[in-house]
Amino acid sequence: MGDLTKLGIAAARDGLNAGDFSARELTAAHITAMVAAKPLNAFITETPDQAVEAATASDARRAKGEAGKLEGIPLAIKDLFCTKDVLTTAASHILDGFKPRYESTVTANLWKEGAVMLGKVNLDELAMGSSNETSYYGNVVNPWRRAGDNRDLVPGGSSGGSASAVASFSAMGATGTDTGGSIRQPASFTGIVGCKPTYGRCSRWGVVAFASSLDQPGPMARSVRDTAIMLEAMAGFDPKDSTSVDMPVPNFEAALTGDIRGLKVGIPKEYRTDGMSPEIEALWQQGIDWMKAAGAEIVEISLPHTKYALAAYYIIAPAEASSNLARYDGVRYGLRVEGKDLNDMYANTRAEGFGAEVKRRLLIGTYALSAGYYDAYYLKAQKVRTRIANDFKEAYEKVDVILTPTAPSAAFSFGDKSDDPLAMYLNDVFTVPASLAGLPGISVPAGLSEEGLPLGLQLLGRPFDEETVFRAAGVLEEAAGFTATPTDWWRG
Amino acid sequence: MGMIIQGATGDWEVVIGLEIHAQVTSKSKLFSGSSAAYGAEPNSQVSFIDAAMPGMLPVFNEMAVEQAVRTGLGLNAKINKFSVFDRKNYFYADLPQGYQISQYLQPIVGEGKIIIDLKEGETREIGITRLHLEQDAGKSLHDQSPNQTFVDLNRSGVPLMEIVSEPDMRSPEEAAAYVKKIRSIVRYLGTCDGNMEEGSMRADVNVSVRKPGEGFGTRCEMKNINSVRFMQQAIIYEANRQVDILEAGGTVDQETRLYDPDKGETRSLRSKEEAHDYRYFPDPDLLPLEFDDAFIEKIRADLPELPDDKKNRFIEEMGLTPYDAGVLVAEKEVAEYFEAVAEGRDSKLSANWVIGELFGHLNRTGKALAESPVKAKALGELIDLIKDGTISNRIAKEVFEEMFETGKKAADIVEEKGLKQVSDTGAIEAAIDEVIAANPDKVAEYRGGKDKLFGFFMGQVMKATQGKANPGVVTGILKPKLDG
Repeated sequence: MGDLTKLGIAAARDGLNAGDFSARELTAAHITAMVAAKPLNAFITETPDQAVEAATASDARRAKGEAGKLEGIPLAIKDLFCTKDVLTTAASHILDGFKPRYESTVTANLWKEGAVMLGKVNLDELAMGSSNETSYYGNVVNPWRRAGDNRDLVPGGSSGGSASAVASFSAMGATGTDTGGSIRQPASFTGIVGCKPTYGRCSRWGVVAFASSLDQPGPMARSVRDTAIMLEAMAGFDPKDSTSVDMPVPNFEAALTGDIRGLKVGIPKEYRTDGMSPEIEALWQQGIDWMKAAGAEIVEISLPHTKYALAAYYIIAPAEASSNLARYDGVRYGLRVEGKDLNDMYANTRAEGFGAEVKRRLLIGTYALSAGYYDAYYLKAQKVRTRIANDFKEAYEKVDVILTPTAPSAAFSFGDKSDDPLAMYLNDVFTVPASLAGLPGISVPAGLSEEGLPLGLQLLGRPFDEETVFRAAGVLEEAAGFTATPTDWWRG
Repeated sequence: MGMIIQGATGDWEVVIGLEIHAQVTSKSKLFSGSSAAYGAEPNSQVSFIDAAMPGMLPVFNEMAVEQAVRTGLGLNAKINKFSVFDRKNYFYADLPQGYQISQYLQPIVGEGKIIIDLKEGETREIGITRLHLEQDAGKSLHDQSPNQTFVDLNRSGVPLMEIVSEPDMRSPEEAAAYVKKIRSIVRYLGTCDGNMEEGSMRADVNVSVRKPGEGFGTRCEMKNINSVRFMQQAIIYEANRQVDILEAGGTVDQETRLYDPDKGETRSLRSKEEAHDYRYFPDPDLLPLEFDDAFIEKIRADLPELPDDKKNRFIEEMGLTPYDAGVLVAEKEVAEYFEAVAEGRDSKLSANWVIGELFGHLNRTGKALAESPVKAKALGELIDLIKDGTISNRIAKEVFEEMFETGKKAADIVEEKGLKQVSDTGAIEAAIDEVIAANPDKVAEYRGGKDKLFGFFMGQVMKATQGKANPGVVTGILKPKLDG
């Protein structure tokens, strides 16, 4: 039977269909891997009993011929998704003891297709961070280490627990959420595939909000095909989310034709930033060559407002967050720290409940929306956002997809950037523009750095054209032939 | 007439603008499916959205949107086909989201105007600045425990319309007439039940004073007033307070004040400096609200006849006086009652009966129209008995009295009590002859030119017939006899 955790979702699905193993066996193997990977601190809450129960039910459904698209597939769920009666923390002290009495639409969709939940995975507190160093439940560790170096590295963020769980073979796939790069950047740091769908493709209902106009759930897995299979199960119109879009969900897996002949691939010159590391630049060139070799046409394009994207993002996202997080006031659920009166209780609760990075963003956001500053910051940022979206719109008149690096570097060490918010925010430089424009994007592992760490390339597509993104990503994946895995040092 | 305060330095004019919060008549809340009904057990009508649980998202209630458009049309206002919902951010224990979803720069309804009805049939036009939709907050209960506050979220998310007037009113009476007119319009439209006691309608009142002809003075806002009487008291107190300050050489501070009906005074709630910075911004959870002309026209086609149109029709087609028409249309129920009575009958006579006898009895007994023992159909039947000569107007009043007490039908009362009018000329003539014979002096005076005495003879005849004689028949016989 071999090590079932090394299978991908597609292969596991085939094995389950063929009766080679049961969902119970598949789940048991992952529970063992999850427990062994505790040193990575990927999980906040493990739900092995529930997983075994779900797997047993899954086997029964399969026996009755009622298998869903993800029947029996064990997944990790980012702890930003509300899961009924299961602790949901958003990695924040503020949600202490919070067990929702409802299930997010995306996870409900997954369970409807037969998926099995292994547990809730760690993240940056309330999804704010790019290194998973801001979680109240501690840092998540990247399964990858530099060659010949035993120091721990960050997994990226905010979906760092998802990335670490998938890269360490603890889960076959994981849900993530991407606001400015929170799926794509950790996927790049851990050598897996992460897809941020078009804004509106997956429902945000039941996902703890960070920045409503940017947040988008998406899949993370170890191959483009697995990601496509997962997204198909997660996506779909949800009348409970006004920003969800009423469009049919295509068969994304069927889009993986392996044929990109004649596809126009845009290379935005503005992404060739000053000081770009030579190995990132080389990887990017390699990606261009692979696409060209597969028959794509390479087109140089310009996205002139790219340089303002990060600044606009770090106004809009904190502004929305400052309002979205106002509900954590100690009155109805989560943490409450008593005070001498209502205002005192608010202050005590929020002072103790939120970590430093969250507080920083709440302050920035509150400031940006304040009377007298609104026009100069928030409104200006929204105008920039419109320009950026127009840049992409014009570009997509000439090209079908855009190829860029996912992140400016490989995974870094703990503490490297945590004292320098600006350096930390720069991690999102390649991912943020597409977030502002609401476009679909994917990060595909494309090679190893000189230090032996995975590096990803990003493909961006037209709104709701995830199919073309997956098709191009499949070809890129095939060409890169990325098969490296981290040594399982955490097993001791 | 505007209210003038005579100060030591001359006359002062009062300027008033109102913001009326009207709860939209709707089964469910503005952004969730939970019930918006009044009076349920605390926290029994609260969805996860209303409680602002993590990850919950608002979704428009189409019905509330239609109601806002309907109200806008009733206010003769511009309907904005594109409007935006914004977040108004502030912390309070009964505001679960930490923000209220409202409309700030782009409301659903723009400028409009209404006519207010004043004394003696006088009217004035008052401008409407805008109407926007917003959600209500919950309710803090401070009286449940000595050291804790309880929160009831039943109201959280209930749809409200905020109707903002121009600062066009110049007296407490005008402000009262404005509130009554808005209340009347929304009740006709069925978009708000206008119940101020249950809090379905409440007003924020802005008051300033100025010397006539000068620019606007600094205003103070009095929040959450839920009775027309208190509002008028608050305006009078506040206007005088401001005049006193200005005449003493001081300046009025722009602030939010609270009216205390027990003490009959207003006091400062928070100053301009302490005012919240609400950090309005478009709610990213909601798309802008967009609809087309067809949507508006469909609602317009369904609009009922509104009080002003009804009033004009009563005057022009029914021949009522402006005063009577105004009284009859002010309340939708009254107008409906009156129209049912007047259907196929004499309009003026019907109006007199409704305004005179019916209202008189209702007032005296403290009953609302809905509780009236005399329904429209029954009153109509009574009027029919007058018209066909079965009873006189005077007897009819007695019959009405009885109807009001017992709820019996007019015809039954007339039958039981033998009140049927006598039109038998023989009986009447006999009575007339007796009266003439008994009053030779008066007959002489009458014949000497004192025409007014005719009434005396009429009265005597009616008295002799216990009021049952048909006055027309009496006149027809009496007159030639007296005239000799």
